[in-house]
Amino acid sequence: MSALIRIEGVSKRFGNFAAVDDVSLDIRENEFFALLGPSGCGKTTLLRMLAGLEVPSEGRILIDGQDMANVAPNKRPVNMVFQSYAVFPHMTVAQNVGYGLRIDGVARAEIEGRVREALGLVKLDGLEARKPDQLSGGQRQRVALARALIKRPKVLLLDEPLSALDAKLRETMRSELAMIQDQVGVTFVMVTHDQDEALAMACRCGVMHKGQLQQVATPADLYEYPANRFVADFIGSVNLFEGRLALDQPDQARVEVPGLGASIWVDHGVTGATGGTVWAAIRPEKIELHHRGAQADVGGGDPPPLPAGTPVDANLLEGSVRHSSYLGSETVYEIEVAGGRMVKVLRSNVRRYEERAFEVGDVVWLSWSPQAPAVLLS
Amino acid sequence: MTEQPASKAHAAFATTFLAPAFWLIAFFLVPLGIIWAYSFGRTVGLTEIAIDGTFANYARIADPVYVEVFVKSIAYAALTTLLCLVVGFPVALAITFASDRAKIWLLLLIMLPFWTNLLVRTYALMAVLRTEGFVNDMLGWVGVGPLPLLHNNFAVVFGLVYVNLPFLVLPLYSALDRLDRSLLEASLDLGAGHLRTIFEIVVPLALPGILSGLLITFIPALGSYLTPDLLGGPDSQMIANVIERQFKRANDWPFGAALSFILMYLTFIAIAVQAVVTRRREALAR
Amino acid sequence: MSKSRPAPLDYLARWPLRLWIGLVALFLYAPLVTLIAFSFNESRRNIVWTGFTLDWYGAVVNDGDLLEAFGNSLTIAALSTVISVILGALIAVAMWRFRFPLKPAFEGALALPIVVPEICMGVAMLVFFSRVMPWPTDLPWPLDLGAIIIAHISFSFPFVAVIVRARLASFNRELEEAAKDLGASEWRAFIDVLVPHMRPALIAGGLLAFTLSLDDFVITFFTAGPDTVTFPVKVYSMVRFSVTPEVNAASTMLIVVTVLLTAIGLRLQGRDIAKLEGGQ
Repeated sequence: MSALIRIEGVSKRFGNFAAVDDVSLDIRENEFFALLGPSGCGKTTLLRMLAGLEVPSEGRILIDGQDMANVAPNKRPVNMVFQSYAVFPHMTVAQNVGYGLRIDGVARAEIEGRVREALGLVKLDGLEARKPDQLSGGQRQRVALARALIKRPKVLLLDEPLSALDAKLRETMRSELAMIQDQVGVTFVMVTHDQDEALAMACRCGVMHKGQLQQVATPADLYEYPANRFVADFIGSVNLFEGRLALDQPDQARVEVPGLGASIWVDHGVTGATGGTVWAAIRPEKIELHHRGAQADVGGGDPPPLPAGTPVDANLLEGSVRHSSYLGSETVYEIEVAGGRMVKVLRSNVRRYEERAFEVGDVVWLSWSPQAPAVLLS
Repeated sequence: MTEQPASKAHAAFATTFLAPAFWLIAFFLVPLGIIWAYSFGRTVGLTEIAIDGTFANYARIADPVYVEVFVKSIAYAALTTLLCLVVGFPVALAITFASDRAKIWLLLLIMLPFWTNLLVRTYALMAVLRTEGFVNDMLGWVGVGPLPLLHNNFAVVFGLVYVNLPFLVLPLYSALDRLDRSLLEASLDLGAGHLRTIFEIVVPLALPGILSGLLITFIPALGSYLTPDLLGGPDSQMIANVIERQFKRANDWPFGAALSFILMYLTFIAIAVQAVVTRRREALAR
Repeated sequence: MSKSRPAPLDYLARWPLRLWIGLVALFLYAPLVTLIAFSFNESRRNIVWTGFTLDWYGAVVNDGDLLEAFGNSLTIAALSTVISVILGALIAVAMWRFRFPLKPAFEGALALPIVVPEICMGVAMLVFFSRVMPWPTDLPWPLDLGAIIIAHISFSFPFVAVIVRARLASFNRELEEAAKDLGASEWRAFIDVLVPHMRPALIAGGLLAFTLSLDDFVITFFTAGPDTVTFPVKVYSMVRFSVTPEVNAASTMLIVVTVLLTAIGLRLQGRDIAKLEGGQ
């Protein structure tokens, strides 16, 4: 697969503020790419530069090998679904969807056929004559989608496409968008602040923060191998331990966390300077909880078995349950460990009734496998 | 916002309502009513006016001389409005999409002449357009003229555009400013050029605002007195000048009153046309 | 920033539009600038620049009639503004607050002074003050200006009402209810909560009323007697004969007054709105 979109050192400054700061990125043909980040991170500005609605202050953008610097938005092989949908209120659904073709001077009969086809694709058959104010939000979005796809662009840009829909509809549209992308085989570039959306739909995601691209990876890699603290924290929820890289060998490494009462041991090497500050990131669902006995006295009871080869002073903590939130499919516990630090642990509620559930006040062991932590250098 | 029935709060209603209502009736509606009554009267003697219900004053307006004045006034006002639209639309468009800072300065640029006294502005035009004025000086340098720029119909329309341009730019700006920017961007994104976007998206969507802007320009232009009086020639009199003559010189108040009311009816017709067009478009949009 | 194209909707960055706006600015300002420039010209003939002088301003200051007219204009504007703001605010509150029989008809009547052509209102005032309520001519200043002031209020206060009512539409009724809940009487709640909310509109309305009054020629022309001349009426009589540098000087003074008032008004209004919005 070749790069359909090539973004080379692109920056966009508004006065002194760099909305997009030296971003380089390749997006492949037929890919569903998501630009993910908190609001104000520059993702929308980057998308708008792809559409030609914003002009880069520096760098260049190539689409299909062609430099877009002097190509006006109306001449680009790119179409966009706007966050507000931007469905023309004075036109019917058919006029909206056919607008781009009419501009291009396509014959009326062909427009009609292609409009019907596009509406079929987004499941709006029969609504040709409706006006936008007679449509629901979800339907309006489908109109915007059909209108952008009908021109058979090389790239479809989607700006927060699901943000204005209610939760149930969002769920449906997620899979539907992915299916439509499959069907039309167009490269999709989507901007979203919703990590679930990005992880569920995209082949690859680019995480942005303060105008800079933090990491580009598949959803699983973003989650399991975050590049830095920002990504680890932004995607899902995470326990971050700041410590010192005490040992760094090709097949193992150890992070000493002052005051934690245990070190964090991982089964892979870290290419960092020994002795330097690093952060160990452990996802809440990767920590196991064990009852430490009925007694609430810390220091007694047998520790749970650790994976073979784990040093006894590592990957094992004791603490007490301070708070639990029951969320249906899972329960989130906040556990206070040594030094008053809170650790988040997530347990799936696999049984309807558990004889020895964890309660606030229980004293517990926390343990994790050496595969669980990700060691971050920044 | 729920309104309270006035009958439930006598004191508060009386305090807020009575004084302004009295003023409106005594110092506006009554004077207008007298004029209206006069339009059905006859002059008898030097200062006496008998209101005898005659339509003779209105009949006189059918005289070609006056029909011509009305036609000319409407034509001037329409031409002025059209020219203001052509000149003002690009300006309003640029202001709408300017940065916040530039927007303030541009609005000020348009507003400042608007706040300046009408007579002063008209006088300034006289000085510039005269045969020995500034424009003819410049034309003289390039070997043209002097052209008769003042005291003719050209000067009247030029002056009306000069005076009324801000009246149109401001409502145009506020109409365009209400547009959702992403609609324009969507049109560009779908392959339309700027002109196409303006005619297919901007104009249809901003039409109610554009129409009311045209109305706000047309009405004062139609009733202009000062501009044709000072800049026009003997054949560029508009309705207001004829009315003034009836009251101040010809001393035919009943006829002047009838002319005034015809002018007022024309104004109301213009307002009604705008309202109907806007409503019909809204009905069609349903 | 390099030679890059402007963003597509940044129309102001495109040269044809810049040129257009430049030409419009030239059209709007060249006459005014010329007028101001020639008020400092030595030559009486107002054509060729012969040298700088302030003589014409001296002539204006020594011209008793012109000065009196100027003073009359400012007095009329000030008095009519005060009354217009009060009447306009009152009727705006009444229309916003109350439902009463024939309200739509009254609403239409209130809009009339805004849409009726000036000339019609002018002749109506002429007839009214000559036949129904002749204004005594021998009253002491500024009472002799009464007829003009009344006419000016009639066309100004509906404008004020429109502005204030637009502002009232954004009033959160719960603020007033909260005040009453905390023990304020109807009147106290009005003064403490509603009036502060109306303030920016009162300033804007006052500014507009002042400008309308100062600007008006036609209606004053029909209402004014021989002894009650306003600045525009006086200038009109001078202009009809010839274009003279004195008129340029007097006009320049009026322009300066207008610009100053506008700047003060805008500043006041801007600060007021900023404060109010900030406080919410």
